[in-house]
Amino acid sequence: MKARGIAALAASVMLAAGLAACGSGGGSDKSSPKTLTYWASNQGRSIQQDQQVLGPELKKFEAKTGIKVKLEVIGWPDLLNRILAATSSGAGPDVVNVGNTWSASLQATGAFQPFDDATIAKVGGKAKFIPSTLTSTGAAGKPPAFVPLYGLAYGLFYNKKLFADAGLKPPQTWQDLVTDAKKLTIPAKKQYGVVMEGASYTEGSHFAFMFGAQNGAKLFQGGQPGFDSPQMVAGVKQYVDLMAGQKVVNPSNAEYVNDSDMLKDFAKGRAAMMMIQSYAPKGLAENGMKEGEFGVVPIPVINPLPPGGRKVSSHVAGINIGVFKNTKNKDGALKLVDFLTSPDEQKILDTQLGPLPVVPQAYNDPKFQTPEIKTFKDILANSAETLPMIPEEAQFETLVGNTVKQLIADAASGKTVDDQTIKNALTAANKKMQTGG
Amino acid sequence: MRESSAVRWARRIVLTFLTVFTVVPLYVMVVSSIKPLQDVQGAFTWFPSHVTFRPFVDMWHTVPLGRYFINSLVVATCATVCSVAIAIFTGYAVSRYRFAGRGTFMTVVLSTQMFPGILFLLPLFLIFVNIDRYTGITLYGSRLGLIITYLTFALPFSIWLIAGYFDTIPRELDEAARVDGAGPMRTLFRVLLPVAAPGIVAVAIYAFMTAWGEVLFASVLTDQSTRTLAVGLREYANQAQVYWNEVMAASLVISLPVVVGFLALQRFLVHGLTAGAVKS
Amino acid sequence: MSDTITAPGDAPARAPGGPRRRRRRPTRNLLPYVLLVPALIAELAIHIIPMLVGVWMSLLHLTQFFIRNWTAAPYGGLTNYRVAMDTHGPVGKDLLHSFLITAAVTVLVVAGAWVFGLAAAVFLQKPFRGRATLRTLFLVPYALPVFTAVITWRFMFQRDSGMVNNVLSDELHLVHGHPFWLLGGNSFAALVIINIWRLWPFAFLTLTAGLQSVPGDLYEAAAIDGAGFVRKLRSVTLPLLRPVNRVLLLVLFLWTFNDFNTAYILFNQPPANADMISIHIYNASFITWNFGLGSAMSVLLLAVLLVVTLVYLGTGRLRSRHA
Repeated sequence: MKARGIAALAASVMLAAGLAACGSGGGSDKSSPKTLTYWASNQGRSIQQDQQVLGPELKKFEAKTGIKVKLEVIGWPDLLNRILAATSSGAGPDVVNVGNTWSASLQATGAFQPFDDATIAKVGGKAKFIPSTLTSTGAAGKPPAFVPLYGLAYGLFYNKKLFADAGLKPPQTWQDLVTDAKKLTIPAKKQYGVVMEGASYTEGSHFAFMFGAQNGAKLFQGGQPGFDSPQMVAGVKQYVDLMAGQKVVNPSNAEYVNDSDMLKDFAKGRAAMMMIQSYAPKGLAENGMKEGEFGVVPIPVINPLPPGGRKVSSHVAGINIGVFKNTKNKDGALKLVDFLTSPDEQKILDTQLGPLPVVPQAYNDPKFQTPEIKTFKDILANSAETLPMIPEEAQFETLVGNTVKQLIADAASGKTVDDQTIKNALTAANKKMQTGG
Repeated sequence: MRESSAVRWARRIVLTFLTVFTVVPLYVMVVSSIKPLQDVQGAFTWFPSHVTFRPFVDMWHTVPLGRYFINSLVVATCATVCSVAIAIFTGYAVSRYRFAGRGTFMTVVLSTQMFPGILFLLPLFLIFVNIDRYTGITLYGSRLGLIITYLTFALPFSIWLIAGYFDTIPRELDEAARVDGAGPMRTLFRVLLPVAAPGIVAVAIYAFMTAWGEVLFASVLTDQSTRTLAVGLREYANQAQVYWNEVMAASLVISLPVVVGFLALQRFLVHGLTAGAVKS
Repeated sequence: MSDTITAPGDAPARAPGGPRRRRRRPTRNLLPYVLLVPALIAELAIHIIPMLVGVWMSLLHLTQFFIRNWTAAPYGGLTNYRVAMDTHGPVGKDLLHSFLITAAVTVLVVAGAWVFGLAAAVFLQKPFRGRATLRTLFLVPYALPVFTAVITWRFMFQRDSGMVNNVLSDELHLVHGHPFWLLGGNSFAALVIINIWRLWPFAFLTLTAGLQSVPGDLYEAAAIDGAGFVRKLRSVTLPLLRPVNRVLLLVLFLWTFNDFNTAYILFNQPPANADMISIHIYNASFITWNFGLGSAMSVLLLAVLLVVTLVYLGTGRLRSRHA
């Protein structure tokens, strides 16, 4: 009896041992003082390109400090969920990139090392960064939870040849943009005025915010969401109407879930205009469109602005970098943050990946003296507004962004999308915000 | 026995319809994998403008498919082996012994088949993290965690099938072995296993397919170095272009081992289902 | 002929299958328990304990402010359940809608897969040339890993460069213009078609296995009685397949109802018309960062599935007792 039991037990033990042998491959290294795990967002044209760009730089960092960095580049569709999962379990990387608009929301989880005066001094101090980039690193009145890493801004890219052939100049006002887009829409030639990333919730939420601001909307007032105010309805309509009312967008765009489709259409001349962030030229080049073939102007605003409307043609976009509180190597993590935000590294990373530097010294490089970069710098300086830095911001993005996505899909498949439909959809999002949080 | 012509025609029509329904997507997969890129980006054509095998070469560079392949292979193989081994022991106990709690055990195990994955995804992640914290065994982001997860996914069905299969084996065989002086374990290995081989093969196929195709848990429990094909295939979409021809080529290569294995062994599955689940 | 199926909950009554044996007293032997240990550990670690943790989560206000430290989350009792079940509120309304969509998809998919599977199994019962080839071919969709199958369909369903619109509108001129399949109303149809395509081979395989245990002399007897094809189907085949069908339909139901992968790979975030409940819950938790609410929804889903399954198995048993 006993012997049998022991035999069976031995079998179980062997099974477990076999399991352990099987699973020994891979596994994340423990963050010992000599290694760091870094989650980078996907900035380049592909995850592989990001790895190729960051790899050598992190080797430099290792040579300098003796700290080995384990890099993982995460695509945008997964990044927020991965960070949330890491936060909820306490098992995350040491250093992480976040979309800067999420800063206050992620700060509220308490999972990130606050950059109080002593901490920020270790990465070069507040004075190191361009002031406008510091506006979206956390809630007002608290030490920021992140520091800026890459700057980005929206611009309107237009196809010079298509505009010249039609005898048009780049639009100065939103009304101009709509008139031009109508002229440039020739469905028979498979040519449309504007191309949009219709199935992307992040784009949807950004435009809802920008155009809402042009119409005088406030997303939150006294902590209460106001997604369905008349001003927000007008703002969302301004964007969705390109597809619904004016029909200057190819309905297929409702299926575009990442920017590759959009860049391809624009590069091939299937769309005359594209509202996209400043990293686009790299992707256009990859699709065979040369530098001189497109121009960039700020996304035009309504003229005259409605009462309370603000001149907003971009939000202060960009990527921030932060340190998880659970890191076993805080000093090393901060060294990495300091290294990646140093002027020299900023020059290297930004020229290869396409965003804008967040430290002023990097701009003396002649590579950042092009007219496009100048345009984007002006946009950030004069007509950009920061998304509300409150804990509920990320939920605003997902709720309103998905609402906009759904409205675009409805418009594309021929349903009527008018003020009332938009208002109802936004009211539902607003209620979810109130009950969900 | 003659069958009427109506039945004959019904058979032809039904089988033709089902054949077309089955074949068309498979055809699209195969033909798109040998098209040049501009063919898959424009309107659909039934034939490639020219046949190219470039997608099968390029797909390994676009995303690290080779590494994902190895990960999937290791995870699925280990999960299968462990799952089958555990199911054999458990099935033996359930089939050959009356013990307190046997019914409860089977009911609970079988009812786990209906758990929505989403219910225990985050808790599981949390538990893995805590195990890591207190014992130092890394289960999240490692193959081991995925193996343990997947072997459990296949377990209920495997236990049920194998126990059913053992039930069809006459107890006289056990008795005979016992008379010859074999203990229970020896009886299991010498007498029952050889007879139950088809059922065991069937369970192995099922377990392997479960592990090879799981998406949700793989997307949360793996990282870059341990990612499986199920998650890796999505990475083709994060490129400057959507290389549909490479996606189809990769899908074809990923599917081939399981499809070939399944088709070669499906008669065991039929046999196993017949003997194990449906007993006359 | 005592066809029985050991279904969940059937096991304790008697040894699965086989003739009735004299009831032995439960063994004092430790061996069976030792043999169960590995399975028990695996089930506890992966299914049972996480599920209990999930239930506990559903009682907490587990919002973004507490996800880092769950134990600090305020206890909410049944608040999350109230929010999820309040069909006048936005959350409950969406959940109910998603539940109804899922139920509709499940009914259509289970029915479709079963009918296709039965038709193929019955028509391939008699040997003819090419039968083995067809049998093999029909099983391929089931053998394909789900993500490769669904991504192929996604490619086919694209509006402009997809095969489906190309055939329907450009070649056959059945529809005007290019409809959307991955968003709007057609997404429901797309989801049903793909699920049927993936699952009917499994029904076919199971029913084929079931038919193999139908003795041939029954058909001969029926034929001598002058029964035609339909008659044979009704009075011989289907009654004998009843035990197989009982489990098959349950498995198809559970698979489809709980399906996450198909909708996730096909849409990423499904449109309202194809909002399968698993993915709805996933998105609800991650979109509002309210994991307590998400867990409450999952627990409700599990409760519904359990009730449906128990009722289904219960009525089945009653029926067979009265038969």
